[in-house]
Amino acid sequence: MSDQQGMSLIVRVVTRWLFGLILVFGLAVALFGHLTPGGGFAGGTIVACAFVLAILAFGGARGPGATFARWASSLDATGALAFLALAILGYTAGAFLHQWAGKGEAFTLGSTPSIVLLNLAILLKVGAGLFAGFIAVALFEQTAESGKGADA
Amino acid sequence: MIMYALAAVLFGVGLYGLLVKRHLLKKVLGLLILEHAVNLFLVEVGYIEGGTPPIRIEGADAAAFVSNAVDPVPQALVLTSIVIGLGLAMLMVALTLRIYERYGSLDANRMSELKG
Amino acid sequence: MDFVLYGLTAFVILGSIAALEMKSLLSAVIAVGVVGLGLSIVFLLLAAPDIAITQVVVEVIVVTVLIRAASRVPAETPSLRAGPARTFAGAGLALVAVGLLVAAFQTLPAFGSQRFAPALWYLEQAPDLTGAANVVTAVLLDFRAYDTLGEATVILTAVVGALAILRRPSSRKEESHV
Repeated sequence: MSDQQGMSLIVRVVTRWLFGLILVFGLAVALFGHLTPGGGFAGGTIVACAFVLAILAFGGARGPGATFARWASSLDATGALAFLALAILGYTAGAFLHQWAGKGEAFTLGSTPSIVLLNLAILLKVGAGLFAGFIAVALFEQTAESGKGADA
Repeated sequence: MIMYALAAVLFGVGLYGLLVKRHLLKKVLGLLILEHAVNLFLVEVGYIEGGTPPIRIEGADAAAFVSNAVDPVPQALVLTSIVIGLGLAMLMVALTLRIYERYGSLDANRMSELKG
Repeated sequence: MDFVLYGLTAFVILGSIAALEMKSLLSAVIAVGVVGLGLSIVFLLLAAPDIAITQVVVEVIVVTVLIRAASRVPAETPSLRAGPARTFAGAGLALVAVGLLVAAFQTLPAFGSQRFAPALWYLEQAPDLTGAANVVTAVLLDFRAYDTLGEATVILTAVVGALAILRRPSSRKEESHV
């Protein structure tokens, strides 16, 4: 299949330019999720989009992709554990999932540190999880030749 | 009321796809449409006429914000439900691909007759 | 404003019918993309920018995954289309469901007329109690964070499930089968 080599030169160059920008955008959407529309879910999905774009443009879902999938599923679990750890840290302030980091000045990034951290944990979780799922589907398609069906 | 009815019609379309279609990928599409319909309905429930987003802006009047903003609770729940829907879609596509590889067919009617 | 909403929602419904009835799988998947993107505009008009953003991005990934899947499986051939009996039965059942839903919705307060009681409490108290100006985030990660924890678990399970289903069988195992 042609996507082993990736797409045309134009797409690859544009992807190289946009990749970092999309990552930073996703991070910003998650980081300021408590002040503006967005949050960990939207930001994580945007980050996953950046990686999906890179895989589609440069190809190589098979070679590096398998490694990425292993890394991504580890990161996925890391994000979930980070969320749980932040939730348990709430016990230092009295209860599970309590705001343990206190509150800062309203309408600033530091106005609620624990929600920011939870948003970042969700970003890691959702971004890595969705990318791992995409890689799984992309990888499978290249090994599915065996089952060419009878009637379909 | 018309908006509620339109959400119900969207639900009906998704249900039709789920019931009638035999092609497994079409069934997946039907389920995605069902999800959309339910999300749309939940957001509609929280809406008020001329409502503003439930996001406070620095310097804006707090009393006006409370009286104008829409209900944040359905929005928070729908937000998680959309992302769950994405995970669910991936799981269903994975199952569909695996079933096709295994049986060489995507006919839901034949699935029950075949033994793996 | 109302008519924009009606028009967009009708457009979404037409898109979903097209998605189910198109012969080519690729067109069907793109029609589902239309449904999702149209809905995100509806969400934006319903004063839900958080959901609109998430819906757009999620739809992009769903369509990408579905296109990859659609390019690997055969299209819906006439032999796979349901017969008239099944079509009419299904459409009838769907119509009954729509009727029941509309009847049930009559008991709700009219669209856009009022919010439920907890909403006022959240809108008044959440920004000061949590420090988050975005009340949706405050509800999501503070008041109902248990829900979000469960949701994170669901995504983890779904992705692990997809990875497990699609895992390439090890070469040794394959040999023993063949």
